[in-house]
Amino acid sequence: MQYILFLYGDEEAFHDKPHAEQERIVGEHMAFSQALSESGAMVSGNPLGRPSAGRIVRQRGGSQLVENGPFSDAKEQLGGYYIIEASDLDEALDWAAKCPAASDGAVEVRPIWSIE
Amino acid sequence: MEHRITPDPQRSRATAEVVARASYGRLVAWLAARGAGIAAAEDALADAFVKALERWPIDGPPDNPEAWLLTAARRKLIDANRHSQVRHGAMDDILRSIDERDSAPAAALPDERLRLMYICAHPAIDPSIRTPLMLQTVLGLDARTIAGAFLTSPSTMGQRLVRAKRKIAEARIVFADPDPEDLAERTEAVLDAIYAAFGAHFDDAQRQGAGLAEEALFLARLVARLTPKTAEAHGLVALIAFIHARDAARSPSAAYIPFDSQDTTLWRVDLISEAELSLATAAQLATHGRYQLEAAIQSAHVARRLYGADTRRHVVMLYDRLLTIAPSVAAIIARAAAINAAGEPEQALISLDAIDPQRVDRHQPYWATRAAIAARLNLPCAVDCYQRAIGLSDDASVRSFLAERQNDVTA
Repeated sequence: MQYILFLYGDEEAFHDKPHAEQERIVGEHMAFSQALSESGAMVSGNPLGRPSAGRIVRQRGGSQLVENGPFSDAKEQLGGYYIIEASDLDEALDWAAKCPAASDGAVEVRPIWSIE
Repeated sequence: MEHRITPDPQRSRATAEVVARASYGRLVAWLAARGAGIAAAEDALADAFVKALERWPIDGPPDNPEAWLLTAARRKLIDANRHSQVRHGAMDDILRSIDERDSAPAAALPDERLRLMYICAHPAIDPSIRTPLMLQTVLGLDARTIAGAFLTSPSTMGQRLVRAKRKIAEARIVFADPDPEDLAERTEAVLDAIYAAFGAHFDDAQRQGAGLAEEALFLARLVARLTPKTAEAHGLVALIAFIHARDAARSPSAAYIPFDSQDTTLWRVDLISEAELSLATAAQLATHGRYQLEAAIQSAHVARRLYGADTRRHVVMLYDRLLTIAPSVAAIIARAAAINAAGEPEQALISLDAIDPQRVDRHQPYWATRAAIAARLNLPCAVDCYQRAIGLSDDASVRSFLAERQNDVTA
């Protein structure tokens, strides 16, 4: 069963941190992805561009509306994701707890429905 | 019932939470001891807590929250009995006896948590569910926390707990003191439950379970007092007291401080003295057990830090003994760490290699220990091992600590 881990964090706070601190956080994410890979649980995972770089597209009555990000005033924004293989929700939650984003932001875990 | 004049919703909620944590097991035990049954007692008490959360913010918290909750729970039991089609003859007597005791102030409530624990360790209850059952009914832990301590899923644990309680109800297992001959056997299950409760606190990175450590120590002392000839009961008191004594020194700030770097002036001398005394009491009883050996290992570590005694070889020998009576992956890893500390990293690595790799695939302590040994041997794989340990840690302070060690290796 595949699960997606949505990583929420304070993007601004991250960019305000000293370089060494940023490196430490990136290093923790690398360690986490490696642990996922070496345990055979990793499917894929990537960081996302900043919320302000996002665009929302709506097609209404033949015209296209494009809105610039960020789309939410929330302090914690979606900043990355992992797709993992886990035997059940508890195992997925266990991985989520180890994800560095869980310690200073939040991690949302959702099952992925496979349509075959 | 007397009420304070100015209601304060936040204060009321806080009071309810404190009472829920501190008194849950005692109140369940008190109701169950009067024959209500564990499941019915829990239902009634849950209902009483709901009522408390409705009433207290309006009326203010009562002067005696425990007595208030007992009264509410008792009413619920009477209602439940009235509506129930299935009556067993004893119920009226039971409710009458609860009525008679109703006027007893909370301070006078006898502590019947221990007896409740013995019920949970009844031979009719599946051994694997006894400890979780005690944790829930006596200490009020939820299924998720219990599942974490037992490395199983919360949903599975929840179902198993419900089944066990149904069995207690169906088999009409009576709430009475076990026979003296059963006591020793059941005491062992009770001790395991207490230690698991303490372990659940220890895993809690948020430290919200701090009250649970005191509770576990309290219960261990109670068992030791009730069964003074049980060496392992004293051993468990010693083990918990040794570990709990260092609580303030483990993370005085946000950072994780390993044993060898802890400020020993932050250790609690009273608990260490109690631990040493309990260990001595256990030793006089001349039966060895897992808890005594683990406490002896703690004692050896503490003596090294406090008095500069070189006890590192003793620690390895104590782990050898522990592995003969209670083999576990955790003990093999801890023994390897002890061998490394005693100055034999090659031997330590060999003993780690003996473990089936599949069993430690996702085991953080294995990778952290392997990293420390490899670092000592100047093996390049130390970096990867630290990396793996960092990736498997769910505590930010532990990740930072390991990242520093990893930097030392690459520097």
